[in-house]
Order: sequence, then C-alpha cells, then structure tokens
Amino acid sequence: MEPIITKHVREPNSFTLDFYLRHGGYESLKKALASHTPDQIIEMVKASGLRGRGGAGFPTGMKWQFVDKKSDKPRYIACNADESEPGTFKDHVIMERNPHLLIEGCAIACYAIGARIAYIYIRGEFFHVQHVLEQAIADARTRGFLGTNVFGSGFDCEVYVHRGAGAYEAGEETALLESLEGKRAQPRNKPPFPAVVGLYGCPTAVNNVETLANVPLIVQHGPEWFAAIGPEKNGGPKLYSISGHVKRPGVYEASMDVTLKELIYGEQYCQGMRDGRTLKAVIPGGSSVPILLPEHLDAQASFDGVLKAGSMLGSAGAIVLDDTTCMVWLAENLLHFYRHESCGKCTPCREGTDWLHKILRRIEHGEGQMRDLDLLASIGAQIGGKTLCAFGDAAVTPVLTTLKHFRHEYEAHIRDGRCSQVADWRARQPIGAH
Amino acid sequence: MSFHPKMAYDATFHKSSRTLADPGPAFVFTPENRARLDAIVLRYPADRKRSAVLPALYLAQSQQGYITGNAMVHIAGILEITPADVEDVVTYYTMFYTKPVGRFVLSVCRTLSCAVNGAERVVEEICAKLDIAPGQTDATGTFTLIEAECLGACDRAPVIMVNDAWQELQRPEDVGALLDALRAHGEAALTGCHHVVEKK
Repeated sequence: MEPIITKHVREPNSFTLDFYLRHGGYESLKKALASHTPDQIIEMVKASGLRGRGGAGFPTGMKWQFVDKKSDKPRYIACNADESEPGTFKDHVIMERNPHLLIEGCAIACYAIGARIAYIYIRGEFFHVQHVLEQAIADARTRGFLGTNVFGSGFDCEVYVHRGAGAYEAGEETALLESLEGKRAQPRNKPPFPAVVGLYGCPTAVNNVETLANVPLIVQHGPEWFAAIGPEKNGGPKLYSISGHVKRPGVYEASMDVTLKELIYGEQYCQGMRDGRTLKAVIPGGSSVPILLPEHLDAQASFDGVLKAGSMLGSAGAIVLDDTTCMVWLAENLLHFYRHESCGKCTPCREGTDWLHKILRRIEHGEGQMRDLDLLASIGAQIGGKTLCAFGDAAVTPVLTTLKHFRHEYEAHIRDGRCSQVADWRARQPIGAH
Repeated sequence: MSFHPKMAYDATFHKSSRTLADPGPAFVFTPENRARLDAIVLRYPADRKRSAVLPALYLAQSQQGYITGNAMVHIAGILEITPADVEDVVTYYTMFYTKPVGRFVLSVCRTLSCAVNGAERVVEEICAKLDIAPGQTDATGTFTLIEAECLGACDRAPVIMVNDAWQELQRPEDVGALLDALRAHGEAALTGCHHVVEKK
C-alpha cells in the first residue's frame, strides 16, 4: 500500500499550510460543510468502519453517535495526543509533519457531533511538536479554516492545544478529561461514559490523533474506498511504530493485511533483526499487551488478527526483542514503568504494582524464591479487572505473559541466584535510586 | 482506640512523611507571563479557569526554574482555586520541579525500547562523568539527571530530553561529548527531532 497519511512527511515544509493546500488540504472540511449534514458525516464514518487508533479499536462512528445530542450543554472534542504507551510514536509524526490533517480532522469531528471547541491534549515531552501544531492552528485560523463562520457555512470551530506534564495515565480517556480540567490525571468511574458526561460534565468525544487524521480521508474518498483498504472490519491505512532490536526502527504505514513478519523482516519495513540475532519475542501493541513468540509472527497485524494470535493490536507499537533479552529483566523494566505511572487512585494497582516490582527486582538480582512465582501470579490476579481503568490489567500483563512463556527463565534466576543473561546493553551495576 | 503501655507517646510519635512545599522567595508573574496566562485562560469556559493550571505552572517554572509554595499561592489566586488544589497537581505530574534544578535537566528514557538500546549504560556514563546519582544535580549546578519513563521516541533510542528539547540516538560512549557540547553551546548542541528535515 502506498502511504496516505505519511505520504509527504519526509518532504521539506510538509507541515506548512501552503504545502497542505497544494495537496488538496481542507477540501474535505469544505465538502463536509457544504454538502453533508452532521448526521451524514457520522453515517459516513460508521460506514467506513474506522476503528479507534488509540488502543481499544472501538468504532469511531459509534462513539460519535453516542454523544448526547439532546443535552443542552456544549459538546467537546478531546483529541488524545498523549501518546504515552511505551513503544508508540506514530502520532508524533502526524502532528509534526502533517499537522493540518489532524486539525482538519478535529474540525470535521466538531461539525459531526455539534461541538465548537476541540482540545488537543499533547504530552508535555512533545514541546517541539506543540510549537508546530500551534503555528499550524494559527495559520489555519488566519485563512478562515478555523474560527467563526468557516467557509461561510455558519459553523464555528476553535482548536486549542493543551500541554500535559508527564503522566502516562493521562492517556486514559477519563483521566485525560480530568487533566484538562486542571486536576490530577486519574480515571473516573464509567459509566457514565464521556459521550454523555465528559469534559466539564458535558458530552465529549475523545479520539486519538491518528483516528481524527483518518476522518478527512473518509470524507474526501468516501467510506467504501476506506473500508476497501485492508481486511474486513479492519479498514483504512494504519501506522505502525516498530522499535527494539530491529535494523530499521521507525513509523511505517500499511494496510492491516500486512503480517507482523512482513513488518519486522520486510525490505520496505524494518529489514530484520540487528547483528544477525534471532527474534525472541514481540510485544505487538505497546507494552500493555501480551507477548507474542516467533511462531505467532504470521499473524495479520490487524485488530482481529493480533487478537486471534493471543494478544492485542493496541496502539500498534511493536517492541521487537532479540535473544539477548532476559525476560525477567524485561518484566522488571516494565513494572518499574507501571509502578511509577500508577495514578494511585485504586488500591490494587497502586500497591500491587509496587509489590510486583519489588518481587521482580528480587528475582532478577538472584534473591528470589520459588514461591515468589506463585506470589506474582496471585498478586496479578488481585489487580487484573479490579481497577477503575485498564491500567491494572495492562500492568500485570508483562508479568503474567512472561511467566507463562518464559517460566524457565524465572526458575533459572532463582536456582542460579543470578541473572545469567546480562546483555552488553545493560548496566554494569544496578543503577537508580529505586 | 487503645493505648499500649510500651508505645512511646513522646515528641517522636507522630511522624508525617509529608513535606511542606518550600515557600521560596515572593512570587508574582512578570507582566509578559501574566499576559500569556490571561490569554490561555480564555481558551476555557469562564467558570473553568482551573483548566489553565498546567500552563500556569509551566510559566512559573520557566520564570523561576522550579515551583515554590509562593508560586502555587499566586497561581491559586489567579485561577480562583485553593493552593492545595495547585499543590495536588504539582506533586502529581513529573515535569514540575519543587526544588532548584541544574541549567540542563537530562531526562534519560529508561523504558524498554530505550533500555534495550543501551539507556542504562547512558545513565551509568552520566552518573560517572558528573559524579551524581539519578535525581541529583552536579556540583556546578549545570546538570540534573532524571531517569524518565517512555518519552515516545522509541525508534531513535536511547533518547534524552534536555529541558524541552530532544537528543536522539545517544550512545553511551558519546556521553562525554554531549556534556561538553551542552556546556559550550547550550541546547543548540542537541540533535533534536529527526522528523525535522528542513535544517539538514
């Protein structure tokens, strides 16, 4: 598949408004306002089968349809640009190199659900991207693509960038709304869902950057064109972020009939493993999803394909690991992340991630006992499904799946009293004040 | 509540680990920063000024280097919330500092994709070169080292965020060169984000 979203991103000045207009920019917004009602836009997005690109893969059109239109409160679009899932860096490319596509998507989304304001919640670490995005918004506003009475249609729309400040949990949709309201990024109980009670208690649609970037394409080319790209129910172009021990890590655009094997070994993608190493495991959808083994690589890298292989496509951020990677170390590394990022609202997650990390650290340093393995599984079972948001399930996944597939490595650590697989890229001495 | 005879109910009994925010020097926004904040507040509904707390804290941090108790009180006054509301936010998010930091804050990503590309070694080298541990500032007050969680640049691992800018593909053996270059040229020494093709 020829790249669509990222077609021009390597060209100089691809982020400018003039460049975007030369390639048909804002024609979709014009078309949407001139010849479609908001409900027709929602129907188009539904017909296209566009599924949310943030991780859950929920149909976007349905999400928009759930937005409470009977409410007399204002409605909002909240664009999730937090991109905090480890191994994910796809939205960054869109925002930095093709920001007007996102802005146009925000405007069309506002029109569809009857909102006047879209907030783009961008993670604090993307400060350089924020400048590009804010300049793009200012330029679009100057030319009348945002602001009042867009294209003389009577439609008013503003897009604002809101900078986060370093919190993984802000990527969870209700935590994102809390953060936008000026509070700690902690999740809310659901239901009510944001579509009914969202930002400031008003109906809100929270959509990922890549999701909204697909919307102008659907309006421009039609839902049939979009659905025809890739397998059934997994339509449209998809961005894959691939990192780890591959020769050419990066963001690749493909239709979802591509397989994990093609993405990792394909000539136009990552070109295989570095230094002639062999592949040991892949985490296909950001760090929160179950690990896949080499025998699963023929799986289609679609929402349904990866699910069938026993994992989830998630944010499509694949972390590829070679045979130098110790799986106990990997679990410890990721649990360090989850322990640090747990927002602290639900006790099982706040306390449990700390316990899991302590036990993993003990095992990794050769001080574990065999009964620790059952303890890990037991704590994992006490966290999973017992928290307000999916963080708890995400946090136990690295532990439970490494235990499942690589139990022998855990046992070897305990038996030998040390990690026998310290790769040359790891610290010589245990570091950190933790 | 029962009282055990062997329990020491002396001055050491009540030990709270809570540390009060350093009040610091008197704080008001410069007129420029105040004007910036006033413009940002307008992006949110009139009765939802609190939404501007993160931008307000960024402005305070850029003005003073770190967030003090007085800054929190000042921001609370502007946004019509309590200082406790502001402190609640400051202490939650990792990008706000409640103590002075060095001229360059080196946030080295330590999460999986960076770690498998040598981030632990990068941290090790920085610690050795500056004689500090993660979380500390070196003796000259130039560098603060922080072990950060995933920065979202996994294809250019290991990555370091230096203040608000990026350094990509940082090899452990080049850490000395990076520190020297930062001392000599400031943030201009950084590789920045590789997506920017225009500067090449």
